[in-house]
Amino acid sequence: MSLIRRVLPFPLMFLALVVMWLLLKQSVAPGTVLFGALVAFGGTWAMVALDPPPARLRRPRAVLQLAGRVFIDVFRSNLAVGRIILGEAERRTHAGFMSLRLEMTDRYGLAVLAIILTCTPGTQWVSYDPSRGTLLLHVLDLVDELEWAELIKLRYEVLLREIFE
Amino acid sequence: MSEAPDLPLWAALLVSVLVLLGAVIALIGSIGLLRLPDFYSRVHAPSLGATVGAGCLLVGSMICFSVLQGRMLVHELLIALFLTITTPVTLMLLARAALHRDRVERNGDAPERDPEPIDIA
Amino acid sequence: MSVLILSWSLTLAQIMLAVSMGLCAVRFLRGPRAQDRILGLDTLYVNAMLMLITIGIGSGTTLYFEAALLIGTLGFVATVAMAKFLMRGEVIE
Repeated sequence: MSLIRRVLPFPLMFLALVVMWLLLKQSVAPGTVLFGALVAFGGTWAMVALDPPPARLRRPRAVLQLAGRVFIDVFRSNLAVGRIILGEAERRTHAGFMSLRLEMTDRYGLAVLAIILTCTPGTQWVSYDPSRGTLLLHVLDLVDELEWAELIKLRYEVLLREIFE
Repeated sequence: MSEAPDLPLWAALLVSVLVLLGAVIALIGSIGLLRLPDFYSRVHAPSLGATVGAGCLLVGSMICFSVLQGRMLVHELLIALFLTITTPVTLMLLARAALHRDRVERNGDAPERDPEPIDIA
Repeated sequence: MSVLILSWSLTLAQIMLAVSMGLCAVRFLRGPRAQDRILGLDTLYVNAMLMLITIGIGSGTTLYFEAALLIGTLGFVATVAMAKFLMRGEVIE
């Protein structure tokens, strides 16, 4: 393990960069793979200079579970927002800000939560206050704040904490 | 009328459905950009086209080129990955910029202070 | 037959995407505030990218893929720079 780490400081990122290179070149010829590995090698060492805080990914099952949930929710919220847009004008007046307290403090977990909440139409991450651990959200269909807070805490935050903390 | 590649019938039907669905969703998102009443509501609209809209079109494109060239061609995944990372960044930055401006101007479009946070044990 | 189906649906999709680009342009022109204009422009970029993908399917070559990726990148950088400008009044801090 330590030998791999010494040659490749970020093995997962190395793999991701190689795959990206292969996708860009649209081939898996040995030459492409070799050159891709070279590019990825340079890329991962450039990352050392940036010195990112260490991230640990745990529980791959939870990752899959979260991915499945997000996939379903993106479709569901697309449908809901589509209805609001095409429906009567009255339905477009329930938008508003809400705030909730998060227990998660891991930066990567918060980043993933931000991507999830913004990518699902209907919820928009606005700002996070790290000193108080509160998150300001804008919700398009803010009828019941508690329901949204429960959705975010139970559906996403629990799994994200399992993965990142 | 645009030209089109010669695909087997099943693939042509599948790609057609996906392309039309993606375009319809992107269109709904853009209609939302026009119909929603205030800026913070409008921020929600572009993510329709950028998630499921783009997803449908990209899967359609993947099927089309994979069938045409007789091998797996999934480079569209890169665009999908790129979109999922960039869309939240732009929308979040815009929302924060708008909040910052509205609070500095005190024009009543945004709350002066954050609402009381909800605690769920 | 299959060429006909696909070309009709691609044409229809391109018309719809052109309309949505037009709607984004309307939001860009109408405003009312700078953030609305930037949001319209950003959505315009995404729709243009989707349009390029449909054109790419129609042409049957993967050449348009790079163009789509490029327009996405440019749109992203432009929007981030402008949003940053709105927040502080300066692009580089």
